[in-house]
Amino acid sequence: MDQIIDLTRLDEILAEHASTPGGLLPILHAVQKTWGHVPPATVPAIAARLNLSRAEVHGVITYYHHFRDKPGGKTLIQMCRAEACQARGCDALIAHATKTVGCGLHETNGDGSVTLEPVYCLGHCATGPNIQVGEKLYGRMTPSRFDEIVMQSVRPGLEFA
Amino acid sequence: MNQPAAVVFVPRDSTALSLGADEVAAAIVSTAAQRGIAIRLVRNGSRGMCFLEPLIEVETAQGRVAYGPVGAADVAGLFDAGFLQGQAHRLCHGPTEAIAYLEKQTRLTFARAGKTDPLSLDDYLAHSGYAGLLRALTLSPEAIVAEVLDSGLRGRGGAAFPAGIKWQTVLAAKASQKYVVCNADEGDSGTFSDRMVMENDPFLLIEGMTIAAIATGASRGYIYVRSEYPHAITALHAAIAAARKARYLGADIQGSGHAFEIEVRMGAGSYVCGEETAMLESLEGKRGIVRAKPPVPALVGLFGAPTVINNVITLASVPVILERGFAAYKREGVDRSRGTLPVQLAGNVKQGGLVEVPFGISLRTLLLDFGGGTASGRPMRAVQVGGPLGAYLDSSQFDTPLDYEAFAAIGAVLGHGGIVVFDDSVDMARQARYAMEFCAIESCGKCTPCRIGSTRGVEVIDRMQKGDRPLEQENLLRELCDTMVYGSLCAMGAMTPYPVLSALDKFPEDFAPRPMRDAA
Repeated sequence: MDQIIDLTRLDEILAEHASTPGGLLPILHAVQKTWGHVPPATVPAIAARLNLSRAEVHGVITYYHHFRDKPGGKTLIQMCRAEACQARGCDALIAHATKTVGCGLHETNGDGSVTLEPVYCLGHCATGPNIQVGEKLYGRMTPSRFDEIVMQSVRPGLEFA
Repeated sequence: MNQPAAVVFVPRDSTALSLGADEVAAAIVSTAAQRGIAIRLVRNGSRGMCFLEPLIEVETAQGRVAYGPVGAADVAGLFDAGFLQGQAHRLCHGPTEAIAYLEKQTRLTFARAGKTDPLSLDDYLAHSGYAGLLRALTLSPEAIVAEVLDSGLRGRGGAAFPAGIKWQTVLAAKASQKYVVCNADEGDSGTFSDRMVMENDPFLLIEGMTIAAIATGASRGYIYVRSEYPHAITALHAAIAAARKARYLGADIQGSGHAFEIEVRMGAGSYVCGEETAMLESLEGKRGIVRAKPPVPALVGLFGAPTVINNVITLASVPVILERGFAAYKREGVDRSRGTLPVQLAGNVKQGGLVEVPFGISLRTLLLDFGGGTASGRPMRAVQVGGPLGAYLDSSQFDTPLDYEAFAAIGAVLGHGGIVVFDDSVDMARQARYAMEFCAIESCGKCTPCRIGSTRGVEVIDRMQKGDRPLEQENLLRELCDTMVYGSLCAMGAMTPYPVLSALDKFPEDFAPRPMRDAA
């Protein structure tokens, strides 16, 4: 499925980073910020501007967990599953979350409202389990608070969609 | 009525935010407005007492008084109790600086954190900020390097390499362009001290990097921050802009003729990019694949130029060394571990947070006196020190002093000072399996022991647990770990065996085949 890409915006991003040494990561971050993912259709222009092969750009996109080459769900929920959160019960929380949301980690649920991703440490290791919903962090998370947050910040979005 | 406005502090640190600090701040502002009370709200840094976050403070005649953990629902009650005058309340902890958790610490690197508005350069200057840089500007590069060398400061990122030797190497290198790179890719679970510096005292890191630049002749710096730390990135951007405006960065730093610029680069969720050479690759816009050493980055680093690479805490320790002199820093600590270490108490611990202490105090003191035992109230069974690549320790090892060599002597590492506590519900075979799984997820793939060994490790542990020739599997696991330790290019593969083997050696009962354990 080809996505229509606003090439003017892509040109702006590329121009902005034209003189940034080793600027591929900043460019990919800007692209992902604009479109929510790195659309494959942007790769040829990025490669051409940086004098790289498309394979090299593809290699960088696929290497880093942060970059996605397909759109995710409307809301991205990141759930920490690293040791400090394990010690505070993140495994049970994640098991609960997958039921509430209706998909596993690395997946988007049926109605496209949520993508669940694991994350390896959000840096709040004394007050876990930690999750991030969109841009917002939540510590000391419990299954019931998780459900509340999903109701508040994901369901209204659904009605909107 | 012209009463001076009461000053209320609500931290802007992201741990506090994750626990509702913004909502608390909003409730304080609206309640004050409703009641016609004049207040001045300061979004300060965090004191590092995470277990009390959101920890709010009020300025009183007796100094600042602390309340926490405060939720938005507590705010009306705090007003009723007269918290603006420091009155008693069930959440009141008295004068902040007299709280035992803080009072017992030796704060050198984190001396300012929590006291000031992190984004205010005026606050920074008023609390002896930039005193280290101003002294450095009166010294020769050689003399600055000598201060750092003589302080005994070792890399706080994990490898504990003497910082002064790195600086000396870069200073001696002949090149038209040199770099200072700050490793802020704090990926270890159980660690957050780098994040706390960047969010709660960002000018400190900028000052440390500027001193490093002047000492080594570098004119450009990069801070490589992980993408999981957006609040740190925002704080750094604001602080860099303010420092540049006041000529603490730029073409002519404080009229000294030295030029130094800093750029913040965001990582993209790769743990191995915390390894210094993988980080350089990433900064150059490539996949974060580990480079073979030599050459060392001090000679052939970023874009092939001589490069100082230090962790955030290492660089943030430099200003106080320059300000007070190397001897004052070296006075703290023991043997070859000098100065202080900002320890992070994390996981299932009652009083988790940032604890800066001199080297030499015991793990037990940290876990019990500061930590207060487990959060669950159950017995403490294991602690992992030094991140996902650090060994698991049992209670027989809790008297180990905080000292790089003492930890090495028991087959463990201090690493970046993260301590993750587990209670007796932990399944250590599961932790060992997770260590291998994490290595498989995060391996850069360059060397075979790490790339393939980690996947085979998961499989072997699974077979042990299924009871498929368990003794044979155990031997295989030990052999595999041996190959990883001696055959991997970097710490990712070479240290994953630390948590695996320490779990196996200290908690063998957890590795017994599942059917037998379930029957028991």
